[in-house]
Amino acid sequence: MTKIGLEIHCQLTKLASKLFCSCKAEYRNLEPNSNICPVCAGLPGSLPLLNKKAVEKATMISLALGCTIPEKIGFFRKNYFYPDLPKNFQITQYNAYGPTSIGSDGKIEIEGKTIRIRRIQLEEDPGRLVYEGTSEKTMITLIDYNRAGTPLVEIVTEPDFETPKQVRVFLNVLADLVENIGVSDPYLEGAMRVDGNISEGDGNRVEIKNVGSFRDIEKALHFEITRQQSLVERGITVQAETRHWDEARRITVSARSKEEEQDYRYLPEADIPIVLIEHHSIEQIKMQMPESIVARRERYVKKYGLPPQVSDVLSSDKFYSDLFDKAHNEKNAKEVSNIITTDLMGFADTREKKLELKITPKHITDLADSIMTNKLTRNSGKTALQEMVKTGKSLADVISSLDLGHVSDVGSIEKIIDEVFKEEEKAVSEAKQNPDTINYLVGKVMKKTKGKADPTTTLGILRKKLSA
Amino acid sequence: MNLGISAVEFVSQAKEGVISVEEFVAKTLDRIKKVDEKIHAFITVDAQNALDKARTIDKKIKSKEKIGSCFGMPLSIKDNICTEGIKTTCASKMLENFVAPYDATVISRLKLEDAIIIGKANLDEFAMGSTTEFSYFGPTRNPWNLEYVPGGSSGGSGASVAAYECLASLGSDTGGSVRSPASFCSVVGLKPTYGLISRYGLVSYANSIEQVGPIAKTVEDVAFLLNIISGHDPHDNTTANNGYVDYVQDLKHGISGKKIGIISQMIGEGVDKEVASATNTAISKLQNLGAECIPISLDAIEHSVAAYYTIASAEASSNLARYDNLRYGFDFGIEGYEFKAFVSKARSNFGPEVTRRMLLGAFVLSAGYYGKYYLKAQKVRAMIKAQLDEAFKKVDYLISPTMPILPFKVGEKIDDPLKLYLTDINTITANLSGIPAISVPFSMSSSGLPIGIQLFANSFKEKELLQAAHVLQETSNLPEISL
Repeated sequence: MTKIGLEIHCQLTKLASKLFCSCKAEYRNLEPNSNICPVCAGLPGSLPLLNKKAVEKATMISLALGCTIPEKIGFFRKNYFYPDLPKNFQITQYNAYGPTSIGSDGKIEIEGKTIRIRRIQLEEDPGRLVYEGTSEKTMITLIDYNRAGTPLVEIVTEPDFETPKQVRVFLNVLADLVENIGVSDPYLEGAMRVDGNISEGDGNRVEIKNVGSFRDIEKALHFEITRQQSLVERGITVQAETRHWDEARRITVSARSKEEEQDYRYLPEADIPIVLIEHHSIEQIKMQMPESIVARRERYVKKYGLPPQVSDVLSSDKFYSDLFDKAHNEKNAKEVSNIITTDLMGFADTREKKLELKITPKHITDLADSIMTNKLTRNSGKTALQEMVKTGKSLADVISSLDLGHVSDVGSIEKIIDEVFKEEEKAVSEAKQNPDTINYLVGKVMKKTKGKADPTTTLGILRKKLSA
Repeated sequence: MNLGISAVEFVSQAKEGVISVEEFVAKTLDRIKKVDEKIHAFITVDAQNALDKARTIDKKIKSKEKIGSCFGMPLSIKDNICTEGIKTTCASKMLENFVAPYDATVISRLKLEDAIIIGKANLDEFAMGSTTEFSYFGPTRNPWNLEYVPGGSSGGSGASVAAYECLASLGSDTGGSVRSPASFCSVVGLKPTYGLISRYGLVSYANSIEQVGPIAKTVEDVAFLLNIISGHDPHDNTTANNGYVDYVQDLKHGISGKKIGIISQMIGEGVDKEVASATNTAISKLQNLGAECIPISLDAIEHSVAAYYTIASAEASSNLARYDNLRYGFDFGIEGYEFKAFVSKARSNFGPEVTRRMLLGAFVLSAGYYGKYYLKAQKVRAMIKAQLDEAFKKVDYLISPTMPILPFKVGEKIDDPLKLYLTDINTITANLSGIPAISVPFSMSSSGLPIGIQLFANSFKEKELLQAAHVLQETSNLPEISL
């Protein structure tokens, strides 16, 4: 069995300032080393000042992921030498000497599977290294500290994933969640970064780092699973190691440095006093938090009787669930959920397409009502929806411009059936022998009416004519 | 013009126009020129700026403009406290050319009160040492006898005040670094409660225990400076927000009816005979003035030196990690080095004591040893604090000699770090527990070397501590320095 765990770094991009100083948290597109001060540049004598808003945002993430929030949180220094670290230590959180990180022992349901969250910690992002030059000999490394000190939340899961697909679904849900609760824009470049660890059966654990995007983590995991499985098949032991994802070659490559042997010499950060997380402030944050994905899913199942799978899909996407909540009423909830999860999500299967949709809740409400009152067939409904999301026109306009109105008067349908009978003599005689083939004729009628004929009426007339 | 006046006397004379600030500063600079070749209290002297500033203040005095309460008093500042535009070297090659782009909070507060920074005072490299011998720029010498050490690590601060090269100074005290030179140079030095004074701009050595502290000729001067530099700072999350206290007011309150605990562990074995006898004299004088003195045993102190060097070294190893010569430092070509090789080559330029402590610190924090050393040291720290809390239920003050021994000769103990570490035994208790302690010059040994007495009070009881220190100061009769 494959076991996959994740470490996700998520920047709190919705904050105005860095974690320990008043420089901007948004470092992108700035002149290199222009967004720095004595504190985030780690100058001698400078001291970190904790951004209390960051603690609030990290608390929100922890609550949303069902974590336990301790009464006090503390910070630690993780010591290692690297040019992107101005102080040669990172201020982070550490639970080895008692739980002092902002969250621990959480869980989240993903498609019926429970993913446990080991811990959530608040920490500072290092600066960025930019490599220039064409060969190893001419290579120079430039350092931009604009990012140094950006507030970051690290989310560590237990190895509860079994497939890369589960990982993808989880990451989509997580990205949505942090966006939902207003702590981060996960789609900004570098705002959300994922490392994975994988083991097969009782085999050794392999860490995968350097994965640039969400899409690549799924690919990297697939590659790594195949690699490990083929080693196991050949009776070769999988080495415990760190591997880097090589984006260009689409493979994982052994990282030669022995990162897991590094001793970080953790030390309590005395410059930041212990922070008390008071019960009433947690309650306040809870009140301000939007409905959680889990709560929303439950509401969909219990209140509207939506199937669990549909509720899952709907609740985990902020955009679609908001649309659902605004478009439905007591009677049409199921129809609205159908339209969104089967048709609309089919049109917009990527985030970019989703953002281009010109859809309003009224479109969906009108559409569901028309289908439920037999004014529109489901087929025509899909056509109308496609047009509405493209143009933003009202349902009425779309129906008239595309001539999608429902044909249900017996006379018109009879006329068309007569035409079909003339054109499809062979099928007609076959249908007389074998009533199961009648659907072919229904299809022909639908084609002629561009899907507008009422299927029940059509079937009734057809049956009558065939048995005549 | 008498350069030996106190800072408070200077203020009143300058205010009344009895002395010209420019003249006083110029005379002080002459004095530095004359004696500092021998003492070497200064790393940097900022003569021109000091004179310019003095002239401006004199003009303001004449035209009766509003002037800050320091009236241009010339101060020396330990060279690990950041001063905008003047080098802050920490007496290290690693920061040989470092000019901070900002003022430490204590500096900006002093400047706001029209103090003059006349120069930056020598110290043991990054404040690690008890003698000021471990400076990259060479040792400072004791103005009372140039063959002797001035104490440390704020040796430049202590010596510059004692030798009339400034009116007062700011040092920093991590394990006794303000009080040791105060004692050895016969001046007053205060280590305030952790959190009373902002550390913003103090270059960190052991950030959980150190504080900036004033060094001056009199207790009143120390109180005067404390009024300016103490108090909550939004740039330092570890400063307390206790509201304003006037330390000068009621300074002469006396100690009648107060209880003083004599720390048994600090006047017994290992204490120099003359130091012990001076301490006993001090105790009986305080008793005569109405204090009740009782012995107090703090047996956790037995482990304090070990705990102190574990914690301070651990923090040092992390605080000094940033000195990799990448962003600032000294001239050192980068050509031909891979990152790790470059960093280790650059960092080989730390002096021996700093190297020793960083290695010790890295060791006690490494995987598998943290619990054995660092956590254990933290337990000792908690134990000391608990015993002090108990003691302060019974007494108002504690008393001990500041240093267990008399000043010793330059070079005498430099090769025996353990012996040097043990000289800190009386001072580190205040750092590990966070409580305030002050060293008051009390007498001279038969060989003419200064002896200081140390008083402790409970956290944030500086006002009471200074009142007792003032009483003690008034009982002493000390000679003028001849230099």
